[in-house]
Amino acid sequence: MTTLDATKPKKKNEILYFALRNNKLKVGLAFLLFFVVLACVGPLLTRYQPYDYIGPAAEPPSSEYWFGTTTFGQDVFSQFVFGLQATFLVGIVGGGLATLIGILIGFTAGYRGGVVDELLNMLTNMVLVIPTLAVLLIIVAYLEVRGIFIESIFIGCTAWPWTARAIRAQTFSLRSRDFVDLARMSGEKSLKIIFTEIAPNMMSYLLLVFILQFGGAILIAATLDFIGLGPTNAISLGLMMNNAVLWGALILGMWWWFVPPGIAITAIVGALYVTNVGLDEVFNPKLREM
Amino acid sequence: MRRYFGRKLLIYLLTLFLAVTIDWLIPRFMPGDPVDVLMARAGSFAESTELMHAYYTQIFGLDVPLGQQYLNFWSALFRGDLGISVYVFPQPVAKVIMDAVPFDILLLVPAILLSWLAGNWFGAFAARSKRLDNTVLPLGYVLTATPYMWLAMLLAWALGIVLKIFPISGGYSYAMSPSFSWAFIGSFLEHWFLPFASLFLVGFGGWAIGMRNMIIYELEADYSHYLEALGAPRRLVRRYAFHNAVLPQLTGLALQLGVIVAGAVATEVVFSYPGIGYLILQAINTRDYFLLQGCFLFIIVGVLLANFVIDIVYVLVDPRTRTGMQGEAA
Repeated sequence: MTTLDATKPKKKNEILYFALRNNKLKVGLAFLLFFVVLACVGPLLTRYQPYDYIGPAAEPPSSEYWFGTTTFGQDVFSQFVFGLQATFLVGIVGGGLATLIGILIGFTAGYRGGVVDELLNMLTNMVLVIPTLAVLLIIVAYLEVRGIFIESIFIGCTAWPWTARAIRAQTFSLRSRDFVDLARMSGEKSLKIIFTEIAPNMMSYLLLVFILQFGGAILIAATLDFIGLGPTNAISLGLMMNNAVLWGALILGMWWWFVPPGIAITAIVGALYVTNVGLDEVFNPKLREM
Repeated sequence: MRRYFGRKLLIYLLTLFLAVTIDWLIPRFMPGDPVDVLMARAGSFAESTELMHAYYTQIFGLDVPLGQQYLNFWSALFRGDLGISVYVFPQPVAKVIMDAVPFDILLLVPAILLSWLAGNWFGAFAARSKRLDNTVLPLGYVLTATPYMWLAMLLAWALGIVLKIFPISGGYSYAMSPSFSWAFIGSFLEHWFLPFASLFLVGFGGWAIGMRNMIIYELEADYSHYLEALGAPRRLVRRYAFHNAVLPQLTGLALQLGVIVAGAVATEVVFSYPGIGYLILQAINTRDYFLLQGCFLFIIVGVLLANFVIDIVYVLVDPRTRTGMQGEAA
């Protein structure tokens, strides 16, 4: 009895124990934290709005304009910090929505099985092979006014298939376990079984999925913005790169215009991936390094 | 096996059907009349406005009932009629796209295949080797997190502008016209290298990491431990692990195709490379909706075909699909 009591509170501590000793997790989270803080605090540090014409054109970085100015004399740093906010918004809304749809479809298909599963699986496989960008291209191009929020919604609605497929497979394997059978025999409702018996056993997995969707949404948004389908009423990191290429930043050698947004996206998405692997190692004992 | 291909084909046909329907639906059911939108954007002169309005109404076929419009759309599609491009005016969209396709094939096929092969090979090599794992792996994460266009911009700026080794714009020298001469092929390769390199590098990072994680997973599987316990040589165990790990990577390739295509579009935009991606940019900028819809359909068909090829390869490498047991991709 004493041994049982001793192991019970250890479970949570164990995860914390490995989390604090996992370098990947620490590095990933540190990078993320840095950019979140920058996105929150940055706008307070700058006096300019992203599209204001505030000074000399094409100035390299200086103490006055930290990241230099664009061809039109806009402050790159202001654009950068406001663009960071847009990036996190797209990640949370787009990635969150994609995860949510994936969870709903995955749970339903995996738990219900039968015809429902067949139909949902078919839908998933169809959306899976359609290239997301192509669909977004054709939808977004016909929109007159585009905001970052709408863009995120569209991304969320097209990015869910692999999540649904993965969660369906997991649900499938959990559904035939004894404890689920027991719950079913005791007459619990399907919805309750899904959320009290199956979902808690996949919590760590769902977190990992959300992280990957978060990063994916950021990359898709950056690509859309870059080919000229970005928000029409706001700034984003992809839009900065779009403007930079459009107005000859490459040929004029204005590296300060296109390097910061790219570094930010790469660092954020890379940090998300590394965090993901770190968490995976924390949750899954088999992957821990020996 | 027949069942496997039957299912796949059904999915692909339904997907094509869905895609064509989306292509038909969007211009008609988005807020605002497509003809009015086009007219407002075209601006232009009074006398041409009337002509254009009549032309667009006729092209969209908006004067017949919806069901008939939908059927007409399909029949036009089967005749290869995608409308007339506005961007390169009197040319049909189908021809504009066909002119761009060779550039895409020559760029994408080598970039996708080589990055997949090299990435898998390298990932398997780096797995469980402490030194490589700590040096190359972080690099892999950085590469796979890099937006395609940004890496393309960095390469263009560093190798094209600063060092002046490679040209950064176009698919061949603007002074030439396409022909089968050595000079042209040389110029083509010179312009081809940077877009290829940026697509290759981003892909390489992702595949290497994926393979490395897969191998570690397989090496922890029961069969690996069993082989080790039997005293099998390390190389043999790793070879089995590799065989098993390559299958999910193949499925991954099919899943990633959409992302790679998106990356290729952005990369072509950076280098003004005359493929579909560059056409899409021009279509967006000149509001050439027929061209945009044509590019959309073309990309979908291309991805579906590539998926089908991967399915065939899958049957060749995974014996389970052949014997009727459903393998990974089922």
